[in-house]
Amino acid sequence: MSFVEFLQQLINGLSLGSVYALIALGYTMVYGIIGLINFAHCDIYMVGAYIGFFAATSLGLPFVPTLILAMVGSAVVGVLVERVAYRPLRKASSISLLITAMGVSLLLENGFNAVFSSTPRSYPHNILQQKNITLGPVHTDSLHLIILGVSVLLMILLQFIIYRTRIGKAMRATSADKDAAALMGINVDWVISVTFAIGSALAGAAGVLVGILYSSIDPYMGIQPGIKAFTAAVFGGIGLIPGAFLGGLMLGVIETFVTAWYSPLAGAIGFIVLIAILIVKPSGLLGKKASEKV
Amino acid sequence: MKKHLTKLLIFLAASAVLFIVLQMLISANIINAYYKRILMTICINVILALSANLVINYTGQLTLGHSAFMAIGAYGAAAIYKAGVPFVVSLLFGSLIAAVSGFLIGLPTLRLKGDYLAITTLGFCQIIVVLLQNIPQLGGAQGFAGIPGKTTFAWVFFSMILTIVVLHNVVGSRQGRAMVSVREDEIAAGAMGINTTRYKVMAFTVSAFFAGLAGGLYAFLMMFINPTMFDYFKSMDLVIYVVLGGNGAFAGCIASTAILTVLPEALRFLNNYRMVIYPLLLIVIMILRVKNIRLARLKGFFRKFRKGGENDAAA
Repeated sequence: MSFVEFLQQLINGLSLGSVYALIALGYTMVYGIIGLINFAHCDIYMVGAYIGFFAATSLGLPFVPTLILAMVGSAVVGVLVERVAYRPLRKASSISLLITAMGVSLLLENGFNAVFSSTPRSYPHNILQQKNITLGPVHTDSLHLIILGVSVLLMILLQFIIYRTRIGKAMRATSADKDAAALMGINVDWVISVTFAIGSALAGAAGVLVGILYSSIDPYMGIQPGIKAFTAAVFGGIGLIPGAFLGGLMLGVIETFVTAWYSPLAGAIGFIVLIAILIVKPSGLLGKKASEKV
Repeated sequence: MKKHLTKLLIFLAASAVLFIVLQMLISANIINAYYKRILMTICINVILALSANLVINYTGQLTLGHSAFMAIGAYGAAAIYKAGVPFVVSLLFGSLIAAVSGFLIGLPTLRLKGDYLAITTLGFCQIIVVLLQNIPQLGGAQGFAGIPGKTTFAWVFFSMILTIVVLHNVVGSRQGRAMVSVREDEIAAGAMGINTTRYKVMAFTVSAFFAGLAGGLYAFLMMFINPTMFDYFKSMDLVIYVVLGGNGAFAGCIASTAILTVLPEALRFLNNYRMVIYPLLLIVIMILRVKNIRLARLKGFFRKFRKGGENDAAA
């Protein structure tokens, strides 16, 4: 592989990785705050893609409003799922919550399948003009760069919210210790809702971006990227926002290079990396080893 | 010891009677081919659920990749049968390689805890699916066809009985109590001199053996297998059977497996919306369970039944 090809693959990998990172952030935020593997998160991504699709086709909106509408819509769905299905189980065992999350996931997938049918739909081509861009010797297309740009922008925004705003501080406090946060006067229910809203909005954005990139969406589109994004969140160190970011980008790059080298491995490489990393570092790349209190 | 043996004999006699009754109903065509198939699927799912139960409920390790062992058992049995080995031996071979892979996978991964273990086992399951899709000798992604329909009702029924008896004995044994102690408190168990890793791996291996057996039976029942039959959705089904069954009681686990296997069939009249109602019911059940209207009542019912000395007496 020449150096130019290497750079091209790197850009593809980073743009794929940034999509994984967007989804992984939602997983990791929810996990950090209520300790749940939110299996329905990947379907929120699918819901976002569908909202974007209808915004772009039925309403004929251009790219930016489509993206914003999809993010708002997914945020609403995410909060609704938390309210209806997860909140009554907050005090139940974590495995009951996990099963409920699986139920919600199946419900969204099969529900969308029943209502919108399983036929893949494609985004209108004119929503984002695909142009070939030449950067020195490297040829790439505008889509990959836009996806990378939008994702990075959203992640910077997220960093700002978490570290520079009042609600971000409340989120960090709740994630560190829910009971202590409640005693300090933080409305934990509200913070959890906001966490779901932000995580879902990011997933919705990822859904629109992927919908445009692959120009095909269907009710089960979330499953594969969902598992991969969760894997990325875990090997970055689950519950940690920088971990999800790093894990997502790494997974995207590794997957792209491995696929270019030997394509049958594409579906499995993420997990091979995951297992390799966890065996060496059982709490993920950035995770600290928590000492257990007896 | 003697009491134990009597209970076992009563249980075996009861299941023999149950088998004869069911078999007569099948030959009289009161249970038609469709119901017979559901019945056989229930038996296979019960084997799977009980094997997952050992790891999830008794040892307290959440695994989301149990269907991988089923896949290994199914492909192993089908492949070696093609090489001209008798049916029984192929089933045994499938179970054994599933157990060996359970041991090999368990050794490194069971050091991980909780959700890390869950995602690693899920990842392992996906790796197996991808591997199987890329081995052309095993049919690749198109699947492995031309497996004879060797699995009969007697086979699945008695395999299920065997699984119940063996696993019940495992759970009641010294090793089984060690597994429960790992679930209750790993640190305390370690402090009491229990080699926690060893018992976790042991539970995993035994469990993989029976999952492999179920896989073999499944392959010879379906007569066609492909890798996506064993992806993580299947593993999730197993977790759902086990968790809805309650805290490890065999009767609860068997009941929930039977109900959840029949439910999608019973909802068939809803056509397209069938697969929407099923998860909806699942969510409602989970919420109701916490609100104290539990399946545990059912469990209590079975327990009373057991005290009567009739059923499930291999304890």
